Amino acid sequence: MAAAPESAASKGLLGWIDQRFPLTALWRSQVSEYYAPKNFNFWYYFGSLALLVLVNQLVTGIFLTMNYKPASADAFASVEYIMRDVSWGWLIRYMHSTGASAFFVVVYLHMFRALLYGSHRKPRELLWIFGCLIFLVLMAEGFMGYVLPWGNMSFWGAQVITSLFGSLPVIGGSLLEWIRGDYVIADATLNRFFALHVAALPLALIFLVIAHLMALHEVGSNNPDGIEIHDQEDEHGHPLDGVPFHPYYTVKDLMGVMFFLVIFCGVIFFAPTFGGLFLEGPNFEPANPLQTPPHIAPVWYFTPFYAMLRAVPSFWGTQVWGVLVMGASIVILFFVPWLDRSPVRSIRYRGPIYKIMLTIFVVSFIVLGLCGLKPPAGIYPMLAKICTFLYFAFFVLMPWYTRFDRVKPVPTRVTSHD
Amino acid sequence: MIKRLLLIAVVLMPAGVALAQEGGEIALKHAGTDITDIASLQRGARDFMNYCSGCHSLTYLRYNRMAEDLRIPEADLKGNLMFTSSNPFDGVNSALPADAAAWFGKQPPDLSLIARERGVDYLYSYMKGFYVDPSRMWGVNNLYLPGVAMPHILASLQGRQEPVYKNEPDSTGNAHMVLVDVKLTTPGTLSEQEYDVFCRDLANFLDYTGEPVKAKRQSLGVFVVLFLLVGFAFTYLLKKEYWKDVH
Repeated sequence: MAAAPESAASKGLLGWIDQRFPLTALWRSQVSEYYAPKNFNFWYYFGSLALLVLVNQLVTGIFLTMNYKPASADAFASVEYIMRDVSWGWLIRYMHSTGASAFFVVVYLHMFRALLYGSHRKPRELLWIFGCLIFLVLMAEGFMGYVLPWGNMSFWGAQVITSLFGSLPVIGGSLLEWIRGDYVIADATLNRFFALHVAALPLALIFLVIAHLMALHEVGSNNPDGIEIHDQEDEHGHPLDGVPFHPYYTVKDLMGVMFFLVIFCGVIFFAPTFGGLFLEGPNFEPANPLQTPPHIAPVWYFTPFYAMLRAVPSFWGTQVWGVLVMGASIVILFFVPWLDRSPVRSIRYRGPIYKIMLTIFVVSFIVLGLCGLKPPAGIYPMLAKICTFLYFAFFVLMPWYTRFDRVKPVPTRVTSHD
Repeated sequence: MIKRLLLIAVVLMPAGVALAQEGGEIALKHAGTDITDIASLQRGARDFMNYCSGCHSLTYLRYNRMAEDLRIPEADLKGNLMFTSSNPFDGVNSALPADAAAWFGKQPPDLSLIARERGVDYLYSYMKGFYVDPSRMWGVNNLYLPGVAMPHILASLQGRQEPVYKNEPDSTGNAHMVLVDVKLTTPGTLSEQEYDVFCRDLANFLDYTGEPVKAKRQSLGVFVVLFLLVGFAFTYLLKKEYWKDVH
């Protein structure tokens, strides 16, 4: 098969389009001639998987919207209607509910990858910040989506989380009323959460994802060695350690997608509630303002932050400190590119201190997640306090330990690939 | 080395936390239900309509959906199972008036989703957990739902159970009676094994009621996952083929 000369203008329909819209040029610059490092490992699947899950959420969400009724009197029954009477409604609903958890799984792993290989470091700070904004919007999206089925946990979860805003000094009370649209979580709250969940936040998410990808393609991908592949180029100006995204990473990501789908569909078809973690038992009871569930726990992906909220005691007559700590635990992520002062990016060339600190961070994040699932009794409050301290220590001490940590020499070419 | 130690720490951490959990609750009995056992589901449907539907509704379960899924002929459905409605499209209603809360202290709950809320083991244990307690309004209490508002409607089948207490020191060191189990003292019309099957069938039926598509979902899932595994094998080979030129 003879390759067409690169400069040849496309003909036919494609040519017609290309004269009016840069379709071929975009395809080349963003996909077929976008060079990505050839040494991506396991941790580099989660970006494309996050995109897949986003599309899954958008498409299944549209179909759910066709049958869901955002009114406090009808919402719960309409979800059961979807589960029982709508053709394949049960599958669409499970794809959406499992997709919500899958989104957080892949996003947490994607963020961990950045901490492993220093993907947030100069010149990728803005890329990281867009990512943090995506995470923030995703949390709001997940929270509001959880309220929509109008189960008892939806109701009481929303009651607890919105009441956080009420703890703010001076403006708290009126802010709370403004958010809820009523004095308690009610029909008005459900209506506005529905509007935000299906229109405002998905739009924000899509724009942020586009900005995230544009920033990525502007600066190029980092890699497990944390070196710039464009520092070593061949005579055509192509990086020696790069491969065109298409076909190399399209086929590789396709493989990742298939593997992911095996697990994803395994959960959908065999464990859609995931032992009460993805869909909680008390949420199969309709919202009941007169009956608090014995133990209110948020969905698993919020529990680390919920544990931090509870870990901080109230003093000076207000509980606002826990809210501030929880807020700070997210806000501090935005500053990581400047907190990290290591001369190298990748963990492969960092010293033992960073490795230990990162592990402590991951362990404390997981333990916080477990603490948030449990009632605040026994050893959990103390564990949560310790882990909250360790979570912040990882970030606050970063400027010092990354500077003094021993580093290894960084190679000029990538070391290995599969 | 550090890596390995840290990996071990990460793996062991949840286990350590789990060990630190506090016990105390009476363990549930294992129901051992099987959502694909149509005969069991049919018996459960029959028993539900005869013993439970007088007070408990299954609002989200339509009669005709149940008949289709459980392979119940229409004549049997209309003749023997539909006591509260004549329209097969209807959900299963209870025969109680809306103000029945005055009789029991609370309105008997709809049981459409009770299995999803509490699990089959709970339902099975609950039905086996009634014991004689003269201090209660209906003369019975329940091991798994203390202060239960429901009378032991199945007592004629199961018989009477008496509570079993154990002496345990409390936090101040004083001996103190703790309810640990129940035992059958007066047999009912069913043997213990027959009553176990009865409860298992009902729990199974309520599991079906909670999610009518459950059996279909699981059988379909086998094919979906197998299909995707084959797809994964092909994409793995495709990836290998493309990447063999990358050095």
